[in-house]
Amino acid sequence: MSKLTSSSSELDLDRPNIEDYLPPDSIPQPHAKLRLRDLLDISPTLTEAAGAIVDDSFTRCFKSNPPEPWNWNIYLFPLWCLGVVVRYGILFPGRVLVLTIGWIIFLSCYIPVHLLLTGHDKLRKRLERALVELICSFFVASWTGVVKYHGPRPCARPKQVFVANHTSMIDFIVLEQMTAFAVIMQKHPGWVGLLQSTILDSLGCIWFNRSEAKDREIVARKLREHVEGSDNNPLLIFPEGTCVNNQFTVMFKKGAFELGSTVCPIAIKYNKIFVDAFWNSKKQSFTTHLLQLMTSWAVVCDVWYLEPQNMKPGETAIEFAERVRDIISVRAGLKKVPWDGYLKYSRPSPKHRERKQQSFAESVLHRLEEK
Amino acid sequence: MGNTSSMLTQYDIEEVQEHCNNTFSQQEIVSLYQRFCQLDRNSGGFISADEFLSVPEFAVNPLSQRLFRMIDGLNFKEFVLFLSAFSSRATLQHKVEFIFKVYDSDGNGKVAFSDLLDVLRDLTGQFISEQQRELVLTHVLEEAGYKKDSLLVLSDFMKILGNNGLKMEVEIPVD
Repeated sequence: MSKLTSSSSELDLDRPNIEDYLPPDSIPQPHAKLRLRDLLDISPTLTEAAGAIVDDSFTRCFKSNPPEPWNWNIYLFPLWCLGVVVRYGILFPGRVLVLTIGWIIFLSCYIPVHLLLTGHDKLRKRLERALVELICSFFVASWTGVVKYHGPRPCARPKQVFVANHTSMIDFIVLEQMTAFAVIMQKHPGWVGLLQSTILDSLGCIWFNRSEAKDREIVARKLREHVEGSDNNPLLIFPEGTCVNNQFTVMFKKGAFELGSTVCPIAIKYNKIFVDAFWNSKKQSFTTHLLQLMTSWAVVCDVWYLEPQNMKPGETAIEFAERVRDIISVRAGLKKVPWDGYLKYSRPSPKHRERKQQSFAESVLHRLEEK
Repeated sequence: MGNTSSMLTQYDIEEVQEHCNNTFSQQEIVSLYQRFCQLDRNSGGFISADEFLSVPEFAVNPLSQRLFRMIDGLNFKEFVLFLSAFSSRATLQHKVEFIFKVYDSDGNGKVAFSDLLDVLRDLTGQFISEQQRELVLTHVLEEAGYKKDSLLVLSDFMKILGNNGLKMEVEIPVD
């Protein structure tokens, strides 16, 4: 049937008890004798299934609502046409020019610095960091990005990680223009992958592969090593593990929260009126996504650097992750959803079904004994 | 309904409404259509197994396989008819019929002990042994006046399930 396998048991450890969030099973009242009717009446389970068919909170996270068309009458339509002409004919070429100039400046500085200063590591790293921040600023300018940063700017200290909610790969660029983070990302194909293996590598970025189960341990080790090094760029992690549509947050993976470091939350919220910055990687490639941004009026967003958090005594990594998710969701006005983002790529583990089966079975056996 | 157009005409809506015996309002049908198109990602005109199972809430349901067999390959009109049992306007008779159809997987109008056992197995999994399941079923069947080899028909289901309020309703979100 499907080539996707159900998620490995390792991923289950990332989830707190989903049963707490799912609609409560209206199992027949316990402490009453078991009758034929109770076994035949499967309506609660059927209702849950039908409810999921009709609407479910997981699909809602990845839905991009198309903007309401406003060009529907005789004078608005020409205005809209004028807007299209301006956007595609004037703004877009201008932006491409800005970006090209940016790349020329960047490459003409970066390549010499990278090749010639191999002996002077500290200086080289400082220059590379500044150059990466520069090219990111050019990118942001190429979408007419209006980014408001709130809160104290991140500083590079050891034993510190930054976590943020994830809407698109441009989150990385928006944050990087302010601070040269080392980020942990999925390895991408194409020109993005090329950039990843050359420039971003020198920042100390870490790559992972979602589909490899063993990858997790290797990545966890690399994270720990990076955080402990005093010289490394501050580490940025997107614990959702996937892009979400900036109206919800899915559950945070606990990997970032069990490194024994301070976690600094960052909340990012895009203003949808100007452009919907959600990158639905299944629907469009990153290139198409960038082109869409470059032909819109502007990318407007707010970035909040929030108060650093430490794990409280007696708190598990998962509870810590949920607490930080709460802080970020409240700040950015996002709704929380109890699903693992990786369910986009794999089926839920049979454990959840088994829990339902177990509770029903126990209720049946219990009621059988009632007289 | 056209092939891939995601716009329903008034005629389409009325046709679907008639098909499901007016159990859904026109607004609800439009919402269901949006949902159908959302689930039917490759626009094939029907929702495939993969697409249904990509809804985690549906995939973890113990009866998802049984239900899936009933919805597999349905076009939109049939999809709405399938869901009409869950409308607040559906009659009790309709709801009991739906439950009967879930049990009667071969569609011959009779539910045997093995069908009852199959559904109970789906609901309880490995947490009750097969023997215990048979014992429990035999026990409650005999208590209700049936024998282990009795074949239940729809009227039996109506008798057993029909008196107390059967709650099987789903609200269609209408924006």
